[in-house]
Amino acid sequence: MPFFVGIGLCKDVFCIHKYLRLLMMKYLWIFYFKLKGMIFLKKNELLYRLAQMVITLFGVTLLTFGLTYVSPGDPVEMLLEVGDTIVPKEMIEATRHQLGLDQPFYLQYLRWLSGLAHGDMGLSYSAKMPVADRLLQGLPGTVALAGTSLIMMLLVAVPGGILSALYRNRFWDYLIRGFSFFGVSMPSFWVGLILLYVFGLKLGLCPIAGGVVTWDRMILPAATLAIAMGTKYTRQVRTAVLEELGQDYVVGARARGLPMRSILWRHVLPNACLPLITLLGLTIGWLLGGVAVIEMVFSWPGLGKMAVHAIEMRDYPLVEGFVLWVAVFYMGINLLVDCSYAYLNPHLRKGRTH
Amino acid sequence: MKNLTDDKKLFYFYTILVLLILSVAVFAPELAPYNPFDANMKESLTAPSTAHWFGTDKLGRDCLTRILYGTQTSLMMTIFLVALITVVGTLVGVLAGYFGGRMDMLLMRFADMMLAFPGIVLAIAIAGMMGGSVANTILALAVVSWTKYARLGRSLTLKIRECDYIAAAITCGTRPGQMLWTHIVPNILPTVVVTAAMDIGTMIMEIASLSFLGFGAQPPTPEWGLMLNEGRQVIQTAPWVMLFPGLAILVVVAVFNLWGDSLRDVMDSQRAN
Repeated sequence: MPFFVGIGLCKDVFCIHKYLRLLMMKYLWIFYFKLKGMIFLKKNELLYRLAQMVITLFGVTLLTFGLTYVSPGDPVEMLLEVGDTIVPKEMIEATRHQLGLDQPFYLQYLRWLSGLAHGDMGLSYSAKMPVADRLLQGLPGTVALAGTSLIMMLLVAVPGGILSALYRNRFWDYLIRGFSFFGVSMPSFWVGLILLYVFGLKLGLCPIAGGVVTWDRMILPAATLAIAMGTKYTRQVRTAVLEELGQDYVVGARARGLPMRSILWRHVLPNACLPLITLLGLTIGWLLGGVAVIEMVFSWPGLGKMAVHAIEMRDYPLVEGFVLWVAVFYMGINLLVDCSYAYLNPHLRKGRTH
Repeated sequence: MKNLTDDKKLFYFYTILVLLILSVAVFAPELAPYNPFDANMKESLTAPSTAHWFGTDKLGRDCLTRILYGTQTSLMMTIFLVALITVVGTLVGVLAGYFGGRMDMLLMRFADMMLAFPGIVLAIAIAGMMGGSVANTILALAVVSWTKYARLGRSLTLKIRECDYIAAAITCGTRPGQMLWTHIVPNILPTVVVTAAMDIGTMIMEIASLSFLGFGAQPPTPEWGLMLNEGRQVIQTAPWVMLFPGLAILVVVAVFNLWGDSLRDVMDSQRAN
């Protein structure tokens, strides 16, 4: 509807510049109102959340930094000793000094922090390049994989959960619950190996050798992650929908003779949305860890595989960078979840407290 | 009434299954046909047969034997881990909830911090940096999961502290130590135990994933995650090496999940009565 209003207002329809400008202004306007409606969290709450995020970032990075201190491996020896070469002690000491690893713990941490404030995350020992560049290299693969698996998961889990709740204690419910029960009890990497063996090796339907990011190579890892997340999520969708179906307003609506279809679409599902979005945030938290394991199974060139190698190589700056990235990403997601919560639930919006 | 007995029957059934798994772990040396560490290069990667029911791995070790011994490793690690986080987490949570104050603040901020970060990522970092070993795996997972129990213990304690009998006990001059031990801990124990029971399955899987990444148990320890890692390398020629350890995880985790769920049902119906 608004789309046509925009066209109608523009007298000269063929003047593409005017038309585009109008269109842009209209959408900016709509966006502005949307945004205004989304000033979701009260100001104090937002400040509190931001403060908490900063504290968490400090805590997590400090913890990771502390780990490098107690870690038994020596990054300098890992760095210099390629193969069987024996490196003179002076050279190790010199490199250590050059990397600043001979400084006390708090100085190293402060130096890292000040570097971070300048947008410099340090130099990766193993990749011999800036950490930020290395992270950017792995990012597309991981984001593509995680996004695809999330979409696949939602496409299966949401209808599955709804179906299961609607046909409670009947054939479909038992079938879906049976699947999700076994799915929950299976380690994701084993599912990945089975899929790899059956579809990649036996049936030859999907290419198996990893190394590059292409769509056909992504099917199996994305399916694995989707199965691992979906089994849990289907259960949660079922529980949320069942809970809503048991509410009085559903009984009321049925008594008024509303068809089940419209009760489901208009009332039950929008209400069930709220807990599901929170749970989706938690699922994404799992995804960030799960993606590391699955990337190892399929040799997928992403951040997770990079992180595991970085840990093996004692590449501290890279590990720090990865942990920081995960923390920022996950907290951003959770903030978004909270915002959408306030946006979807009119009770929580500003000025409409009950 | 009928429901209750059904719940209990199911619970007894699953308890028997759990005991069965535990006895496999205990009697692994008696049950296993071979030695889990005996490498026999002549029989490297042989397919399942009557001599080796689950086949042999790259070093010619019997897979069935290693899976049976793996029950021992995995269950010992899991039970130790769950016991550790339950006891430490609940204790800290109860103390913080009962006494409140600055310690409580500090604890809650730390718990919030843990909640705001995906635990398994941190566990991978900790276990990896400290160097893969059984103890470090347990430590890493304990560090990231104990706050859950601290939160639980704290919130339950706060709820109970409002009860009248606590006020009565305070009036009677009960000392804090005795109060915690006789009034609070017994009351929160059922919920904590159910939570712990339901966590066992998850912990088995997380331990296995750390081992799979190479940050857990180290070779030649018979451990399921590690065996899956070894199986991954020979998936083309010997799929059985990765098939059976996964099945073992599936069965054990499923049984423990069912057991935990039915324990919760029994507890719930008892509380409702």
